[in-house]
Amino acid sequence: MFAFVVRRITQAIFVMLIISLVGFSIKNEIGDPVRDMVGERVTPAEREALRDKLGLNDPFVTQYLRFAKNAVQGDLGLSFFHKKPALAVIAAKAPATLELVFGAALIIIFISLPVGIFSAIYPQSAFSRFTMAFSTLGVSVPVFLTAIVLIYIFSVELNWLPSYGRGETVNLWGWHSGFFTVDGILHLILPSFALASIMLPLFIRLIRSEMMEVLETEYIKFAWAKGLRRKRIWFVHAFKNTLLPVITVFGVQIGIMFAFTILTETVFQWQGMGFMFLEAVERSDISLLVAYLMVVGAIFVVVNTVVDIIYGLVNPTIRIAGR
Amino acid sequence: MQHLLEVNDLEVKFGLRFGDLTAINGISFSLDKSERMGLVGESGAGKSVTGFAIINLISKPGFISGGRVMFNGRDLTALSDEAMRDIRGNHISMIFQDPMMTLNPVLTIGTQMVETLLAHRSITRTEAKSIALEKLKKVQIPSPEKRLAQYPHEFSGGMRQRIVIAIALLTDPEIVIADEPTTALDVVSQVTEKIAVMYAGKIVESGPTDQVVNDPKHPYTQGLIKALPGSLQPGAKLNQIPGMMPTLTDIPPGCAFNPRCPLSDTICRQQEPPFIIINGATRRVACHMAKPDPSNGTT
Repeated sequence: MFAFVVRRITQAIFVMLIISLVGFSIKNEIGDPVRDMVGERVTPAEREALRDKLGLNDPFVTQYLRFAKNAVQGDLGLSFFHKKPALAVIAAKAPATLELVFGAALIIIFISLPVGIFSAIYPQSAFSRFTMAFSTLGVSVPVFLTAIVLIYIFSVELNWLPSYGRGETVNLWGWHSGFFTVDGILHLILPSFALASIMLPLFIRLIRSEMMEVLETEYIKFAWAKGLRRKRIWFVHAFKNTLLPVITVFGVQIGIMFAFTILTETVFQWQGMGFMFLEAVERSDISLLVAYLMVVGAIFVVVNTVVDIIYGLVNPTIRIAGR
Repeated sequence: MQHLLEVNDLEVKFGLRFGDLTAINGISFSLDKSERMGLVGESGAGKSVTGFAIINLISKPGFISGGRVMFNGRDLTALSDEAMRDIRGNHISMIFQDPMMTLNPVLTIGTQMVETLLAHRSITRTEAKSIALEKLKKVQIPSPEKRLAQYPHEFSGGMRQRIVIAIALLTDPEIVIADEPTTALDVVSQVTEKIAVMYAGKIVESGPTDQVVNDPKHPYTQGLIKALPGSLQPGAKLNQIPGMMPTLTDIPPGCAFNPRCPLSDTICRQQEPPFIIINGATRRVACHMAKPDPSNGTT
């Protein structure tokens, strides 16, 4: 198990190196810090002198290593627009996005597991058929449309839930959280459902098909032959085996959800990283864009590594492989 | 006298889109306490389906379409789910064919043994564990205490087979059904008292093992016995039965064995052979060409 963890972490570091290389290349090709720093009146000669001083005329590799060294120390450059370290700008926006993704993940887990399992056990029931038809529809509706429809129904028509913003937040050691106030939770509901809406049908279908496959195996048949109670067969024998492939996919999809937050945050005016990203694009804030890329890449890698380690804990055959 | 298990005219069908396929076509046999019976025949003859039909655990789209399975005076084909659950793994156990696929890969051997006992007895986990240990010792798994905490992939195929056997024996069942414990007919003839030969979903011959093996009456049984390599010089060609067993979709009319039978006649292609009873009801054979034993002379 230990070797397995070490191997996964090594892989994660390698992926981060590649991401940083891509990030640096973008910065190197598109961004011009000198343009950001000085005005129109500065002569080309002065610009060149400044370039030399800043090390911008150094070879690519030297510059990359400097970038990587700074990045490891948490310095991802200055945001051109905010006049602040890019990482600080992102850190201020991150809690909103993390809480949104967390909310969506909770919704996915608590809906897809029971629904997927039920429709695998009773594939012929009316509920299962309805779910399958509905999930096909769900997969094909884009997030922004779901979001707008949700706002129309629950905010405009029913007036039950707020349609934008984060509501009242609580400051916990610099982390502005919406989880601890009723207002914060209410504001979180619609965006979370909108974000969850793309992944939810996928997970219901995945869990259903995995579970149905497991229910056909010899070891499940043997469990019936042993005279076990059906709850035990379904929720211990079949469920654990169903979970293995689902965990892996879940890890990847959580990462992808960070990308989808851009749409969701825009529709709901949710002041998170996705919202910030769009603003940065409009303002050509290259440093901030690259920093966003690095941070989202890091989140993706960390989530996947953690999920793989959880997979290793659930799957006994991994343990021996790592020994 | 009442038998421990009495299978009467059992029929199993598979419901398919184009109609029902008959996998087991009216088989009957009985089993007494501590009696061992072997069910032999080529693959696809319906041996496994028979085993699963006894514990009413036929995979969909299969179903029992007729007949009865009487066990201790109760018809297992008509029991409620809960009553049947109490029989499975408790009074009647089954050892599956492939030990590599039978155990759940994500649960320890200990869990898979203890749960079986807990499903049928009101005992504590500790008591169940000590019964599991005792059974593991019985099938000669070394250091069973340590082994209980291990997962199936940590065992060899042979050990897994023995663990599956240990699980089947946990509750000291009255009947153990072993699905393909051996592919060797001579082994079957050594360990069983009774034998039934199946062909295309039917029993074609049955009786005491020594009589059936030493004096087979049905041409199919004769072919199986002749195919044993034991009676041959090393290097000589094996005596195979020519042809293949028909698939369930095209069982020939008359006797299902007639296209492969050396004795086949017109009647064999037209009529299904009835059972001829030989030796005062202990032996039965379904063949038009079989003659009642002259020494006993009963029909």
